[in-house]
Amino acid sequence: MKVLVAVKRVVDYNVNVRAKTDGTGADIANVKMSMNPFDEVAVEEAVRLKEAGKVSEIVAVSMGVSACQDTIRTALAMGADRGILVESDTELQSLAVAKLLKALVDKEAPGLVLLGKQAIDDDSNQTAQMLAALLGWAQGTFISKLELGDGKATVIREVDGGLETDSLTMPTVISVDLRLNEPRFVKLPNIMKAKKKPLEVIKPDALGVDTSPRLVYSNYREPPARKAGIKVPDVATLVDKLKNEAKVI
Amino acid sequence: MIKDPQTFGLLVDNVSRFVRERLIPHEQTVAETDEIPETVRREMRELGLFGLTIPEEYGGLGLSMEEEVRVLFELCQASPAFRSLIGTNNGIGSQALIIAGSEEQKQRYLPRLASGELLASFALTEPEAGSDAASLRTSATREGNFYVLNGTKRFITNAPEAGIFTVLARTDPEAKRAAGISAFIVEAGTPGLSLGRNDKKMGQHGAHTCDVIFDACRIPAANLIGGQEGTGFKTAMRVLDKGRLHIAAVCVGAAQRMLQDALRYALERRQFDQPIAEFQLIQALLADSKTELYAARCMVQDAAQRRDRGEDISLEASCCKLFASEMCGRVADRAVQIHGGAGYIAAYAIERFYRDVRLFRIYEGTSQIQQLLIARHLIRRQTA
Repeated sequence: MKVLVAVKRVVDYNVNVRAKTDGTGADIANVKMSMNPFDEVAVEEAVRLKEAGKVSEIVAVSMGVSACQDTIRTALAMGADRGILVESDTELQSLAVAKLLKALVDKEAPGLVLLGKQAIDDDSNQTAQMLAALLGWAQGTFISKLELGDGKATVIREVDGGLETDSLTMPTVISVDLRLNEPRFVKLPNIMKAKKKPLEVIKPDALGVDTSPRLVYSNYREPPARKAGIKVPDVATLVDKLKNEAKVI
Repeated sequence: MIKDPQTFGLLVDNVSRFVRERLIPHEQTVAETDEIPETVRREMRELGLFGLTIPEEYGGLGLSMEEEVRVLFELCQASPAFRSLIGTNNGIGSQALIIAGSEEQKQRYLPRLASGELLASFALTEPEAGSDAASLRTSATREGNFYVLNGTKRFITNAPEAGIFTVLARTDPEAKRAAGISAFIVEAGTPGLSLGRNDKKMGQHGAHTCDVIFDACRIPAANLIGGQEGTGFKTAMRVLDKGRLHIAAVCVGAAQRMLQDALRYALERRQFDQPIAEFQLIQALLADSKTELYAARCMVQDAAQRRDRGEDISLEASCCKLFASEMCGRVADRAVQIHGGAGYIAAYAIERFYRDVRLFRIYEGTSQIQQLLIARHLIRRQTA
């Protein structure tokens, strides 16, 4: 079975992102970029499935500017077999990404699509759900456990009320949460081997998808700075303040 | 050699992340137990850190000198003990084999050094022969198809865990100083080879050194590196040229870490109602450190590029080792100063780094030996 894994190039999780002073966006000029941490978990899961003999080929897909090739190379160094970059210099919103992924799924015919549950830049948490809807496939989101059976995938989902176990009919779209696994450190020799693995670059037009943005972001600003707290002398004062000042009880 | 910037960028990023997520969190434990945990050693082996500089055909990454120093700038932002563990396989322990070894010797040892299965040590220094290395007394006497080694080597890095030793010994007692010295590979466990107790050091806990004693230690004649007597000292000096550049890069990495720690502390620590980083006298300490650090980094990169182009960099390697190690010492001192009383307390990494980096001005040629070498090179060039 073939697995498609979607990997997004995002600002590294160690970078403290600031809003541009004119409010037109986040200032990410010259900051370090890395693979979205949730997507690393997705790649790791695909590699483990391949090592367990349940998957025959892993295709890593990214979308965006040419530098996204770095992200795909990282996935290839982790163990993916080949990569596809849908290259676009314009902003790709969740729905456009889902449509592009659907076009690639139609072309590649994987039995499973793995994605991070969300990307740490815009935290949209939409692509997997949109993709499943477009494909008409079963979906398992925010999973912390995955077992592949005969035509079925059993997943444990992390939901608000606890853990939910679902059985999904394959093929299926799965979005992963951080507790699913701990991604490996890439072995240095594998980084060099990844250079030799195939990486195809295609344009959105070639997939027949209109990627023009549907949403307009009108303003970016930083959250207000947290004010210092106060110490209260006793429980009675605390209750009084919660009731009369904060008005939360 | 990787060359391709994209691939090399990924490699450096990966090392930097490993340092941040796996090595730095273990620093305190390593210092307290004088031991790098086996789990971390295994991860270092799996990552491929032992074979950075070993040629690709023997299972290493075959990094160029420039690539090697750039990896070291990252790796050495964690405790020097981690670098020490992989340092000999990537440097003084394996280089004699790479430079002068026979194909058979390379095939036999290099793949296992690259994987980290074997650790290699470099045994040059003796109780009576430190800076004056050419006066070494360990002897190797030919007896048929064997050499018999006698003598003691001192402060040998990674010796307690080494699988093989590159040993410099005198094969011709009549020949003048350096001309009578040859290099050998000696495998651990050879009868007549024994180890002293681990040295108790000022710093770099977790990195181990000890005496290596040869008492009628018989080794096959085939273990003579390069198959020719009398060339050992020349080989050792070539090994040390590269080693000096390696250590200079290590100094840059350690200084970067110390400056980063000092800067973070200066921004957090408040006195007189403001972060101490706002005070100009603190700013001077930070600025002087950054300036010297940048200079050292540029020197090391320049010398590394020259070596990759095939230039003789003996003089530049000494300049780099001298400046970078002294710079590192000054940065350590300023970083402790910025930390104030906290810098004298073991809870802060800077107290440990201050002791760790003191060694850089001493080993692989003291600062004073580097000064002599630089001046000798200059005079020789002028009068040649």
